[in-house]
Amino acid sequence: MTTRSIGHSVQRREDPRLVTGNGRYLDDLGRDALAAAFVRSPHAHATITGIDITDAWEVDGVEAIYTFEDLDELMARPLPVLIPHPALTHPRTCLALADTEVNHVGEPVVMVVARDRYVAEDAAARIVVSYETKPVVVGVAAAREAALAVHDDVPDNVAAHLIQEVGDVDAALACSPHRLTIPLTIERSACMPMEGKGVYAVWDRDDASMRMWSSTQTSTGVRAAVAARLGIPLARIQCMAPDVGGGFGVKINHPWPEELLVPWAARALGRPVKWAEDRREHFVSSAHERQQLQEVEVGFDDDGRILALDVKVWHDNGAYTPYGIIVPIITATQLLGPYKPGTYRCEFWSLYTNTVIVTPYRGAGRPQGVFAMERTMDAIAAFLGKDRTEVRSTNFILPQDMPYDHGLMFQDGRPLKYDSGDFPASLAKLKALVGWDDFAAYREQAEAEGRKVGLGIGCYVEGTGVGPYEGGHVHVETSGQVFVATGLTSQGQGHETAFAQIVADELGVRFEDVHVTTGDTRRMPYAVGTFASRAAVMSGNAVAAAAKVVREKALRIAADALEANPDDLEIEDGVISVKGAPDTQISLSTVAVLSNPLRYAFDDAAKAATQFAGTFDPDKPPVAEGDEPGLEGKGFYSPTQATFANGMHAAIVETDPVTAEIRILRYCVVHDCGVMINPLIVEGQVHGGVAQGVGGALYERMAYDESGQLLNASFMDFLVPYASEVPFIETDHLETPSPLNPLGIKGAGEAGTIPVSAVLASAIEDAEGFPILSMPISPSELWELRRQRASAAAHSATTEGDR
Amino acid sequence: MKPAPFVHHEPRSVEEAVATLAEVGHDGKVLAGGQSLIPVLNMRLASPNHLVDINRLPGCDRVEVGDDHVRVGALVRHAQLLADARAASALPLLGQALACVAHPAIRNRGTTVGSIAHADAAGEMPSVAVLTGAVIEAASVRGTREIAATDFFEGPLETTLEADEVVVAVRFGRFPTGTRTAFLEAARRHGDYAMAGVAVALGVTDGVVSDARASFVSVTPVPDILDLTEAVRGREPGTVDWSTVADAVAAHVDPEADIHASADYRRALVIELTQRAFAAAAQEGVA
Repeated sequence: MTTRSIGHSVQRREDPRLVTGNGRYLDDLGRDALAAAFVRSPHAHATITGIDITDAWEVDGVEAIYTFEDLDELMARPLPVLIPHPALTHPRTCLALADTEVNHVGEPVVMVVARDRYVAEDAAARIVVSYETKPVVVGVAAAREAALAVHDDVPDNVAAHLIQEVGDVDAALACSPHRLTIPLTIERSACMPMEGKGVYAVWDRDDASMRMWSSTQTSTGVRAAVAARLGIPLARIQCMAPDVGGGFGVKINHPWPEELLVPWAARALGRPVKWAEDRREHFVSSAHERQQLQEVEVGFDDDGRILALDVKVWHDNGAYTPYGIIVPIITATQLLGPYKPGTYRCEFWSLYTNTVIVTPYRGAGRPQGVFAMERTMDAIAAFLGKDRTEVRSTNFILPQDMPYDHGLMFQDGRPLKYDSGDFPASLAKLKALVGWDDFAAYREQAEAEGRKVGLGIGCYVEGTGVGPYEGGHVHVETSGQVFVATGLTSQGQGHETAFAQIVADELGVRFEDVHVTTGDTRRMPYAVGTFASRAAVMSGNAVAAAAKVVREKALRIAADALEANPDDLEIEDGVISVKGAPDTQISLSTVAVLSNPLRYAFDDAAKAATQFAGTFDPDKPPVAEGDEPGLEGKGFYSPTQATFANGMHAAIVETDPVTAEIRILRYCVVHDCGVMINPLIVEGQVHGGVAQGVGGALYERMAYDESGQLLNASFMDFLVPYASEVPFIETDHLETPSPLNPLGIKGAGEAGTIPVSAVLASAIEDAEGFPILSMPISPSELWELRRQRASAAAHSATTEGDR
Repeated sequence: MKPAPFVHHEPRSVEEAVATLAEVGHDGKVLAGGQSLIPVLNMRLASPNHLVDINRLPGCDRVEVGDDHVRVGALVRHAQLLADARAASALPLLGQALACVAHPAIRNRGTTVGSIAHADAAGEMPSVAVLTGAVIEAASVRGTREIAATDFFEGPLETTLEADEVVVAVRFGRFPTGTRTAFLEAARRHGDYAMAGVAVALGVTDGVVSDARASFVSVTPVPDILDLTEAVRGREPGTVDWSTVADAVAAHVDPEADIHASADYRRALVIELTQRAFAAAAQEGVA
């Protein structure tokens, strides 16, 4: 029996290409294409009063300059609201090019197409746009106050207002023995993929068709959006995602203005056109996430059991809402984590500000929700003087409660119903890994040395693998090589490896003989995209289903050829043989030949499939009724609901008693994503996720000034952690299979990121002895907090003395 | 993020370089390692019409150790200087500070002289230049002149260098025998511009402190010298309570707030760093 590939830490086959500089990213394509550059708004809120492009035409090499006036009727419409929701009563989206108003710095106003990017930027620099500036709304607090409005017709800045409630929260609060109110803040950060967005389009005038490439997380989505706005039949447009240098969420939003304008210009000019976003553009015109103000009111009993949880969230959605209110919905639902409060209510307001739009960023609203829940758990433990893990255990959903229905609606419009998980077991593993019970002794020793250390914890549950579906296509060529296509895209996750492992196992071929293509609408036109930790669950099960179809067909053809019963056959390493009689065999490549009756023999292998070869029964049609030529098959996977992965992290930090510098001494992760296709890839996802989480907790923030200018729109001042800032990560895994899909898998892509801010806040709080209510936190901010505490203590001492 | 058009000059001699600079004057910039200039050009924060690329000048890539100085040519990369054993032994402060200059990739391109000519108050090497009493050698068509480091820095990113001059070398002064040095800084991330930093030199004669001076990074508008000798003169280095210098440091520095740290925090930080740097120098680093 062939060794199963699933479950093994197979080396990622894409890595040699990617790490030796042989990847093909968007800007590696279309060397001779015309280049686009954009004039973007320098103001956060302004009326456009005039655009003078005269000077720009003086620059040699300029091919086209477009303003809103140049757009045709379809292109002049506001961009789509991708995910409408009944609570999103005031959705607003931008135009491909601004017409009369701009609502954030970076909004595109004029497009220049030129011989190359240098010329395009030279010309763009000569374009004069006149503005009348308007007062700006920056920050959630200002948006909530609504003294000023981003959109004149939305005077309260409220794009959406949603309340979800389970049980009678007010009544439960009223009779809770203890109550606490906790105000919390999370600041803005962003995905910051190493490769920015990019679009390259080639219009074939003779064929009236478009081929385009986008550095996207959904090539099918981009294709459909461009077809709609350019008025092109789907049959005449194909979209491919080449190697993509990271997405982390920002590239699932679509169509970006540039994704429409570049193919539109390519068609108008009859020349290939390309735009590769630079870092500054990415900062001011892609998407951010995370900023929320929260207020938690919690009622609990003497054991720390939560009887009532009442959460209010004010969510900053930036200037527009193309991606709907997915982020705050996820915050509101995933906040609950592994716990079952007696009653729960979450009310959120999604608010407009004159800043870059907010769309999902790895974790997508969960880091904020987990922050609220975990800060609350620590506050309860502190109030009751109990161990923090004990309070958490008291509130856990137990394995015997599974499947557990929270009574809420999740981001896919389906019930928030956990499929599996063993939270007490995960916590036990985490406590053992970090040495929870030995920490008191460690702290005592550190204190004796004049050091301050703290231990923190954070738990989360992550809905992964949301629908509606993904598809797989598996084709065995006559060489015996197996070609697999799935429509969702890859941004470095290792799909070429993981999906090949699945198909190798399902079909019975060698891993080396399986080749995977993703994100190419020519190969698989039906797909949704890569987001919500869904690729492994969705496409993994889809390619498995496709491989099963192919396997059955192969066995049927082989059974005919070997005059055996299909049930008696097995496939191993690409050879089909009769169980117990291994000499009676036929290779999959021969079966592939036989599957496709031929008139013409174009090579030796094909001879066997031609009419005079005597292979086929002359009394039957060469292709049976209802059958298809070729050894290939399709499969789709469409689940009724998301599958829920979970994890728990703990960290030990040290804070400098004088300089307040924060050092992570240990970082421990216990992770449960069901069956692991490739533990090495899962481990890598966890590591990358934690790194990004550390960035969000200690380093990254979008520093807007009062006029809506982003002060740190470069990698010099937006502090993505280096390898030197990311701690060594210790991991342990639990594998609680999902009962929802044949492979038993759950998603793993976002897991590492989700609880990090909560964990580090918990650890810093433990080291310092006062609450940490706002993240991220810098040494300067921690130092200021200490000073405030000291000054308040001094003040109260004075007051005491006066009495 | 593409620069505006410029003429790229590639002089093959100092004479040719200064002749070109004399011609283009304020419309030209000297390009050495480019670690600060290229980003500025790409972001179009500056658009000089001429770049005088000195990377092909002969003889400017040498480190020379003299009895009282270490002379560093204009094309010596940080990495080259950091790896120079003779320089390290002659003036340990160079290596102590260079290890804090950004990351290997930047140190491989960036030049030590360039970072001094750039005169960023957050740069490490300007404060080292000042503390060591360095001399800046500037060439122009009018000849070569020598500028004391203390006279060189005028303000953030401003020096007394004329538009037609190029720095061909910096001579860092060597400390008297018995001087111990240390360099400490605190950055948000390893290798970032420091929130605050300090270079210290501690002179020890006959077993007691005879000299104690510091120069700062990121907390003074230009690098200058704070002489702290009076507070600690005559004490055995290992027994000094360095908190005695705190008030003098606090009075001397003038930090500004930015998105990474408040002014008060920077002041508190540099006071602590100065104490720790002197304590470290007292413990080791005999020059």
